[in-house]
Amino acid sequence: MSVMNFAPEALKNLFKKPVTTGYPFVPAEYPERSRGHIEISIDDCISCGMCVRCCPCGTLSVDRIKGTWTIDRYDCIACGYCVTKCPKKCLFMKQGYQEPGAEKASVTYTKSPEVLAAEAKKREEAAAKAAAAKAAKAAAAAEKN
Amino acid sequence: MAKKSVIPYGPQHPVLPEPIHLDLVVEDEKVVEAIPSIGFIHRGLESLVDKRDFNQMTYVAERTCGICSFQHGMGYCEAVEHIFGVEIPERAKFLRTIWAELGRMHSHLLWLGLLADGFGFENLFYQCWRIREKILDMQEMTSGGRLIFSVNTIGGVLKDIPADMLRTILSTIDEVEAELKTVQKTFLNDYTVQTRLKGVGVLTQDQAHDLGCAGPFGRASGINTDMRKLGYAAYPYIDFEPIISSDGDSYARCECRIGELFQSMDILRQAIAKIPNETDLATPVKGNPNGEYFMRVEQPRGEAVYYVKANGKPYVERLRIRTPTFANLPGLCEMLKNTELADIGLLILTIDPCISCTER
Repeated sequence: MSVMNFAPEALKNLFKKPVTTGYPFVPAEYPERSRGHIEISIDDCISCGMCVRCCPCGTLSVDRIKGTWTIDRYDCIACGYCVTKCPKKCLFMKQGYQEPGAEKASVTYTKSPEVLAAEAKKREEAAAKAAAAKAAKAAAAAEKN
Repeated sequence: MAKKSVIPYGPQHPVLPEPIHLDLVVEDEKVVEAIPSIGFIHRGLESLVDKRDFNQMTYVAERTCGICSFQHGMGYCEAVEHIFGVEIPERAKFLRTIWAELGRMHSHLLWLGLLADGFGFENLFYQCWRIREKILDMQEMTSGGRLIFSVNTIGGVLKDIPADMLRTILSTIDEVEAELKTVQKTFLNDYTVQTRLKGVGVLTQDQAHDLGCAGPFGRASGINTDMRKLGYAAYPYIDFEPIISSDGDSYARCECRIGELFQSMDILRQAIAKIPNETDLATPVKGNPNGEYFMRVEQPRGEAVYYVKANGKPYVERLRIRTPTFANLPGLCEMLKNTELADIGLLILTIDPCISCTER
């Protein structure tokens, strides 16, 4: 048993630099894998809705026609499950945490007009193709009768 | 005989990290009985199984507790993996062991800091948390989260720890070991610390056994119990023996946890030396689980039990989590008898209470 055996450490600490950093004046350094927040490369998104279905806290929503992807960042728990499930790998975790805010607002990402136009064109083509196939099928059935 | 009076203690109290309420029956300054009541932070996590599928529940389970988060996730995943009957890849087993031991180290360092704060040694408290910061950095580097790892999945793990990161972990635990030895000297040899801890809050081996105490709290009273010896994850490949003390007082609990810190470093070194080189990290599972399993894991605070019952649907039928603090509460109430009122804050801390875990 000894007395004051922490005193040498305490004295040493008097002459050492602080261990803490001066955040926010000194920017924080994040490791490469840091799960800060989710970002989306929206133009690569195919609006399949897989992320919406797998999200444990139901914070995501997708609108295929409008080409939007919406996240309520204050509900997101940054678990990264949507990132692992995304079939096009357009979701990814980025360093840096969600900043505080006065209002609990969601963020909406919209696809660029070119991508939206291309998608609309594809949809129209697919619809026309389906209509043509249906008409051909109907014609074949009529011929058979 | 002095008149008995009842003093309400908590749920809001400067020394309590989490809300637990005790009605202390006192005679003068001596506590004769402690009646606990919990339920201030119940979140209903178990009932979420109705709304979240078995994969999503992994993320819910690991948010049961912020400190032993990884082990909660691992307990749930191991239970579901047993229901599926899948064997996870060897590397995933070792990775789980490495993360589990990092989690144990940061939890014990947190506790040591809180204990130092509890007996009024502020400087020692700072040093413990400074050392803990290095472990948190390791956790963030390997998993992306400082406390919540989110690396477990049914069938294995989602992320690998490459060789350079494993080397960084080894060099960091060497640094931590050197710094911990300085802190250990004060915790175990200092006169003032010993006066506050020795012979305070004694729980005998028989009492601890009868009350079903778990983890370091039970081991400090001489109960040889460590769920890691049951052989989940990569623990069968690791050579270690549970750290046991027979004194059963607060000093023994401190000694036990400091011993476990060094033991965790040893387990980490062994696991990193033995980790196989595989690229496969998770065994894919098909369909929905059907069956039930009772999984026991050793968390930093003691034995946690995960009971999962599934019926072939995406939503698990029943999930029951029994946390170590729940098992240790009867021991706490027994230990508080015949103690001084001034020691109560410190004694509650010695069981390392995690009330948000307990209430889920």
